[in-house]
Amino acid sequence: MNYHWDWMFFFQETDDGLKYYDWILSGLGWTTFVSLASLAVALILGSVLGVMRTTPKRWLVGLGDAYVDVFRNVPLIVQLFMWFFVVPELVPENIGLWMKQDLPYFVIAIVGLGLYTAARIAEQVKAGINSLSRGQRFAGLALGFTEWQTYRYVRLPMAYRIVLPALTSEAMNIFKNSAVTYAVGILELYFQYKQIIEKTSQVLEITIVVTLCYFVLAFVMNRILAFVEARTRVPGLIVGTKGSK
Amino acid sequence: MSDFDFSVIVQNWAFLAEGLRYTLQVTLTAMIGGILIGTVLALMRLSSIAPLQWFAAGYVNVFRSVPLVQVILAFYLILPLVLQMITGKQIPVGAANSAYFTFTIFEAAYYSEIMRSGIQSVPRGQVGAGYALGFTYGQAMRYVVLPQAFRNMLPVLLTQTIILFQDVSLVYAIGATDFFGAADKITQRDLRPVEMYTTVAVVYFIICFTLSRLVKWLQSHIAIIR
Repeated sequence: MNYHWDWMFFFQETDDGLKYYDWILSGLGWTTFVSLASLAVALILGSVLGVMRTTPKRWLVGLGDAYVDVFRNVPLIVQLFMWFFVVPELVPENIGLWMKQDLPYFVIAIVGLGLYTAARIAEQVKAGINSLSRGQRFAGLALGFTEWQTYRYVRLPMAYRIVLPALTSEAMNIFKNSAVTYAVGILELYFQYKQIIEKTSQVLEITIVVTLCYFVLAFVMNRILAFVEARTRVPGLIVGTKGSK
Repeated sequence: MSDFDFSVIVQNWAFLAEGLRYTLQVTLTAMIGGILIGTVLALMRLSSIAPLQWFAAGYVNVFRSVPLVQVILAFYLILPLVLQMITGKQIPVGAANSAYFTFTIFEAAYYSEIMRSGIQSVPRGQVGAGYALGFTYGQAMRYVVLPQAFRNMLPVLLTQTIILFQDVSLVYAIGATDFFGAADKITQRDLRPVEMYTTVAVVYFIICFTLSRLVKWLQSHIAIIR
């Protein structure tokens, strides 16, 4: 194979006076920032939607279901393009102009990725709440809690702990999904990967390095949430007995 | 909104349909190839031979931790290098063809995890019963375990295929003309983003929504009653 290996190119200077490893670090920073911000959006909105879909109110359930159906059945890249190129044309002209000119790119990307992921989180939050026995809600109501208070103090604290493993894999997925935001101009890790390949042609080295970066991001997220899982484990459930016996 | 121009879609419908055909072809190829390779990987992962287990676990973990867009670009660039190494000749692969390969290899990792849990969902006694009837390992898998695993996992396999169908849109990264790519290319030329992207989103929604409802229906009708 006549591939020319050159691991030292990472320390070569680029056109803009930086080194190639600086590009990777800056990409890594953007990937982390966009992913974590989107995750925050997704967790908040996903929780609201998940709760809505378990309430006795039919229209709230319908609204939540419709949201999940729409956002799960359109590819992420198409959703991002909708937010960037279609929505600004459909809203009133002055808002559209503001979205195109003044609103930073990354805000739209974060919102787009967040809304996409929210649909997945809503599914899990709903599953978690539905896995609780009805008695938990009844007990709460019998104590004089309002419907909302049974969520706040009884059902959500249980539901989150039950679905934490599923939320963990969603939190790891968001790093991978954030790579798609390169298509709408975010200078994240995949963008830098593509750019470095165009400049240097050292495909194999950069592929290995960027793969490792994504691996580390997902792994760190996994460890953090595994720690949270261990700390918030519910005693008495099957998973709760692991290690404590 | 008032000047939503349907004629742009009508004029370019043939090009869009061609893109959709490519998307479907990649989806079907990767589904069939991915399930076959995935099943082999799952059997390796569950076998008692350690190197096979390591290989399958490594394969699955590597592909599941990398963004698909990155794999699409990497394979597009690396595949010609590998072919050149094997054959000694320069063989142009092209973006459209490399995607078939990439998606098959990539999706195999995901299908393999589904098949693994399908195989593990079959009661152990079934394998024992197979051996008691004088089946070899291959026969027990072929006639007893895999048919049940496949049936148990059919809804999940199909759900993964719907995700795959959506993910083909990421060949945007290498400029292949799938359904979304076709719409994007027309947009570059005619500058009608609202019409084109909305059409793509609506068509994707209709197809995926219908399929996911079918899977739901299937799920309630296919379950083995024990």
